[in-house]
Amino acid sequence: MANRPQPSFPEPDTQHFWEGCQAGELRYQTDADGNVIFYPRGHSTVSGDRDLSWNVSAGIGTVYTYSVVRQNRMPGFQELGAYAVAYIDLDEGFRMMSTIVGVDNPVTDVHIGQRVQVEFEGQEGEDAYPIPVFRPCD
Amino acid sequence: MAQERLAAIAGIHEYPLRVAPGVSAMQIKAESMKRALDDTGLDWGDVDGLYDALDGEGGGGLGLAAYLGIKPRLLDTTQVGGSSYEFHASHALRDIAAGRCNVAVTTYGSTAASMRVPIGTGGLGRGGASWQQNMEAPYGSTLISNYAMVAHRHMHEYGTSTEQLAQISVATRKHAMRNPEAVQAMTDLQFVKVDEITVEDVLESRIIADPLHLLECCMISDGGGAAVFVSPEIARDIKKKPVWIIGAGEATKYRENGGDITTSAGAQSAPAAFGQAGVTPDEIDIAMIYDSFSITVAVMLEDLGFCAKGEVGSFIADGHLAFDQPGLTLNTDGGGLSSNHPGMRGLFLLLESVRQLRGESTSQVEGAKLAVAHGNGGLLGGTHTGGTVILATD
Repeated sequence: MANRPQPSFPEPDTQHFWEGCQAGELRYQTDADGNVIFYPRGHSTVSGDRDLSWNVSAGIGTVYTYSVVRQNRMPGFQELGAYAVAYIDLDEGFRMMSTIVGVDNPVTDVHIGQRVQVEFEGQEGEDAYPIPVFRPCD
Repeated sequence: MAQERLAAIAGIHEYPLRVAPGVSAMQIKAESMKRALDDTGLDWGDVDGLYDALDGEGGGGLGLAAYLGIKPRLLDTTQVGGSSYEFHASHALRDIAAGRCNVAVTTYGSTAASMRVPIGTGGLGRGGASWQQNMEAPYGSTLISNYAMVAHRHMHEYGTSTEQLAQISVATRKHAMRNPEAVQAMTDLQFVKVDEITVEDVLESRIIADPLHLLECCMISDGGGAAVFVSPEIARDIKKKPVWIIGAGEATKYRENGGDITTSAGAQSAPAAFGQAGVTPDEIDIAMIYDSFSITVAVMLEDLGFCAKGEVGSFIADGHLAFDQPGLTLNTDGGGLSSNHPGMRGLFLLLESVRQLRGESTSQVEGAKLAVAHGNGGLLGGTHTGGTVILATD
């Protein structure tokens, strides 16, 4: 496919996350009390405090839910055929949207509760950010 | 608790066309306001409050009053997606009760069909840089697939089936076939079959985003309308009987780590609305619920308290949602599934509630006294709003 849509910058909340993807790391934040903060932000959504720490996830999680997109008129996706979009619950306790790759037929081969592992899908272009996607691992 | 009579919907208009080439959204808004005022007997110059969801060409807080040529003393541009009009009704109740205005209008206009806007399948994430876009845009999620993710999880947790969800489409289409404007809409939008449908028809329609089928998805139409909110003093002298806004609730919900995607913002807004109204779900005659998709209605039936979380499948399995069946009646105008959906359907939930409580619906429930209008704005499986409004007639 053509490149996936890329994150746009400047965007201070998510910059470090995407730099992590360039380094092959799936990064997430915790606040001073250990609460997991995700999507990335400048403040704790529990306390409002700004002293967050960055962590690196093991990249393993579970499919919380998904849908197989049969029709998307957006360039880059409209020629793709059916593909799965999912919410993944990472074992560290954060939920992210992603897609499931490495399945023959997403309609039959993706399911809720499936164990999946992150990989970073390279994109065309020297400065392109790799995109974190998930592959079944059970 | 005695129901308070602090504000009423006094006039309504639904723009009749679902395909309206050559007409602007602003023209639809202005024409709808005039006709809604005509419905009350009030004049253009009587309007002293304006609510708007920032729709229309050059509209919104800076542009709409100028276009209309009015100078309201209250201006509220709450834009929370398709539930904006429930929020407007909620704010009108508050503002009129506080004496901030006496005759307020909300209008809606859209040319989504004529402009061929692919609302459901156009792909999300084409906006500029934002914390949320940057985390979701790469994955090709569509609006429909977002709602479909809720459906999958609901099915997984509670055993809900497409056969059960299809009852929502079937009952709604039955109502649409009794509504001449809905029949015209389906004809003009070239529906394959302009007729009542069966559960099998729904199952056999193509899947747009698993597990949602075409006949579980709303149409994309042109359209619009208006509603006039008035004080009790004004309500005494209007043409038709007033429909009282007796309770309202607002809420928002979003993707959260470990969150339950099968519960919507409605679980927060509905208890607030019912509490203010002093009524319970089992007293409601008419449920006007935003049917962007079958799953939207299913989740809302639970969150509004008509059945427990997870039990909507059995609640709707017998097809009783139709107006001529005992029990709760749903979306008697034909809904977004089969009458109109220009992008923000929340207004029409109020309009059909008013028609029912006036006795003017094309699928009239005899003696209807209480209606709930519940709008959902945004993405049910992501960031969304819920607006619940309880309406009553004397």
